[in-house]
Amino acid sequence: MTDIGSTPAELPGKAHGRNGSLLAESPLMKPRNAAEFRFRIYGLTAIVVTLLTLAITLFTIVRDGAPAFFQAQLTYQVFVDAAVVDKNGTADPVEMAKVTTIGYARLLGNSLIAYLDEKGIAVEGMTPKEITDMISKDAPARLRDRVLADPSLVGQTITVNALVGGRIDGYLKGRVTRESSVNDSNVTPRQLDMADKMVEAGILRSGFNWRFLTAPDASDLRPEAAGLGIALMGTLYMMVLVLIFTLPIAVAASIYLEEFAPKNWFTDLIEVNISNLAAVPSIVYGILGLAAFINFAGLPSSAPIVGALVLSLMTLPTVIIATRSAIRAVPPSIRDAALGVGASKMQTVLHHVLPLAAPGILTGTILGLASALGETGPLLLIGMVAFVTNYPASPLDGGFMDPATALPVQVYSWASRSDPAFIERSSGAIIVLLIFLVCMNIIAILLRRRFERRW
Amino acid sequence: MYDVPANKQSVDQTNQKITARNVQVFYGEKQALRDVSVDIEDRTVTAFIGPSGCGKSTFLRCLNRMNDTVSIARVEGDILIDGEDIYDKRVDPVQLRAKVGMVFQKPNPFPKSIYDNVAYGPKIHGLTRSKSELDGIVEESLKRAALWNEVKDRLQEPGTGLSGGQQQRLCIARAVATSPEVLLMDEPCSALDPIATAQVEELIDDLRQNYSVVIVTHSMQQAARVSQKTAFFHLGNLVEYGETGTIFTNPQDPRTESYITGRIG
Repeated sequence: MTDIGSTPAELPGKAHGRNGSLLAESPLMKPRNAAEFRFRIYGLTAIVVTLLTLAITLFTIVRDGAPAFFQAQLTYQVFVDAAVVDKNGTADPVEMAKVTTIGYARLLGNSLIAYLDEKGIAVEGMTPKEITDMISKDAPARLRDRVLADPSLVGQTITVNALVGGRIDGYLKGRVTRESSVNDSNVTPRQLDMADKMVEAGILRSGFNWRFLTAPDASDLRPEAAGLGIALMGTLYMMVLVLIFTLPIAVAASIYLEEFAPKNWFTDLIEVNISNLAAVPSIVYGILGLAAFINFAGLPSSAPIVGALVLSLMTLPTVIIATRSAIRAVPPSIRDAALGVGASKMQTVLHHVLPLAAPGILTGTILGLASALGETGPLLLIGMVAFVTNYPASPLDGGFMDPATALPVQVYSWASRSDPAFIERSSGAIIVLLIFLVCMNIIAILLRRRFERRW
Repeated sequence: MYDVPANKQSVDQTNQKITARNVQVFYGEKQALRDVSVDIEDRTVTAFIGPSGCGKSTFLRCLNRMNDTVSIARVEGDILIDGEDIYDKRVDPVQLRAKVGMVFQKPNPFPKSIYDNVAYGPKIHGLTRSKSELDGIVEESLKRAALWNEVKDRLQEPGTGLSGGQQQRLCIARAVATSPEVLLMDEPCSALDPIATAQVEELIDDLRQNYSVVIVTHSMQQAARVSQKTAFFHLGNLVEYGETGTIFTNPQDPRTESYITGRIG
C-alpha cells in the first residue's frame, strides 16, 4: 500500500462547476466584499481620528506648557546693607523681621544698578526704575527669608539668584516681542534691550524651573514665582486617602455581593443603585460633600481629607463595578475545587478567588483613582480652589486637615487668570497631571504583571 | 483486572457507608430528584448512570452538600453517612466535605504549584504539625493518585501546566490528601483521552481499598469496568440499583434495559 501523495495525480483541466468558476468573483459576492471593505474603512477612520486628536492635544499642551519648566533668573552680587535691613545692629531675627520686603527690594534694585554700572552695561534713556522693575516682585521676599534665616549675611556681599519679571522671562521664551511691548504697560522696549545685553553678559540665564514643581501658588503680580508644590501635595494626599477609603470598601462590598449575598429583590435594588451612582455627575458629589462633610460633620474646607472623601464617594461605584466583574471572572470551578476539599466560604474567597481577581481589582482601582485625579468640579465646591501659600503639614501632624489645592483645580485657576504667564503655567500643570496619570498607569501595569505571575 | 467479568468482582465488605431515604431535590419550582433511596457500601465503587439531566450529578452533589452553594436548591429526605444525618443542623458542611472528597468533571487544579494543590486541604484542616509531615502527606497522596513518579521532580511547577489526565489525577490526589472516607467523582474521565481514562480507572479500582467511591459516568463501559454496584437514574428517579453485573446482564426494569441497549438516552 502506497501513500496517496507518492504518485503525483494529474491536475484536471479547466472546468467550471455548476455555479461558475471559483477564480472569478461571483456577482453575489461583490456587494458583500464591498460592505466588508467599507466596514474596515470605518474602523480605520475612527482610529485615525482618535490618534490625530490625541496627537494634536499632546502637541498643543507640550508646546504651550513646556516653557513653564524653564525660568530666567538674574545672577549678580548684592550688598546686604546693614543700614537697610538691621538699622539697630541687633542681628536679632525678630527685630530684623520688622523690615518688610520693600526694604529688600531697594537693596536688590540698588545693587543691580551698581552692578550694571560696574560692568558697563547700559541702555540709552533707561531710567533706574525701569531697571529695578525687571526684577521679580518675588525676589525681595526670598532675599529677606535668606537673610532672616542667616543674620550673619548682614554687611556682606552675596551672590543672589533673583527671578526676573514675567514679561522679561516671556521675552526670552518668545512670548513677548518688541511689538507687543509697545502696547504693554508692564514692559518697555528698553527693558527688552537690557535683557538682551544681560544675556550677553551672562547675568541673565534661563534654567530648569524646579520651583515650578515645589513652590506654592503666587499672586497675579508675580506669575514667574507661581508653582505647583501645594497642588502636588494636595493631590498626593488625596490619592493616598482615596485609595485607603475606596479599596477596602469596594473589595468588601463586591465580595459580599458576589459571593455571599442572596439573590433577591433587595440585592437587585442595591446593584441597580450602584450602577446609577456611577453615572451621577461629579458636581453632585461636590454638593453632597459640602453639605455632609463640611456643613454637617464640621470638617475644614479646602482640606485634602474632605476632597478625598468626596472623590471616594465618586470613585466607589466605578471601583465596585470593576471589582465585581473581576471576581465574577474567576472560574466557578476554582470555587468548587476549594469547597470540595473542605475550604470554608471565607477561605475560598481569600485563598483562591481574591488572588485570581487581584489583577482586575487593581486595574479597576487605579483607573478609578485616575478619574478621581482629574476631577475638578466637586473640589471647587468644597473650597479646594482657594489660594493657598502654606504647605500642608506632614500626614502625621494632621496634614490631611490643612488647606491645600489639587492639580486639576490649579490648572483651572491658572487658566482663568489674565497674565499670559499663567496660561503657560496652566499647560505646564496639565503636563505634570498627565505625568502623574502615566505613572499611575505604569504602577497598575507593574502590579498586574506581578500578581499575574504569581498564579 | 478489566478482564474479570463485572459480576465476579467481589465486594470486600457489605457495611453501609451512605444511606439515602426518600431524597427529593428541587431547583426552585422544578423537581430534579424524586424519592431516591439507596444504600452505598464502604470500600466499593458505586456507579451512577443514566441519560443527561436525569439527576445523577444532583444526587452526587447532595452527598457532600455541594448543592448548598446553589441558592435555589432545596433538599428533602434523609442522607446518612455512618448513621449520621448530614443535613442535620449541627453538621458543618466544611467538616463534611473533608470527610467526603470530590473530584469534578473538568480537571480544576488551583492555579498554584503542584505541591500547594495537594497540600491545600491538609493545611486548611490543620492536619499537619510540621513541614515534613505535610511533605509526607503530599508524597503519599500523589503516590495514591499514581502521579508521584511523573511530578516528583517538579513539585513547585504550576499544576495547571500538567496534561489533562495528569491534572485530573492531581485533583484526585488533592481529594485524597484530606484522607476522606468517601470519594465522589462527577464524570471524572469525560474530559480525558482514552489513555488517561484508563489510568484514572485503574486508580479508581485501587482507591476502592480505602474509600467508598461513588462515580457518575456517561460511559456504560466505564461503569461496567470499574464499579461493583450500579444505580440507573432516569428523569429524576432511581430506576434500578444493584450489582453491576446484574444491571448490565439482567436488568429488571424495561427502562434500564432500553438505556443499556442504547434505545433511550
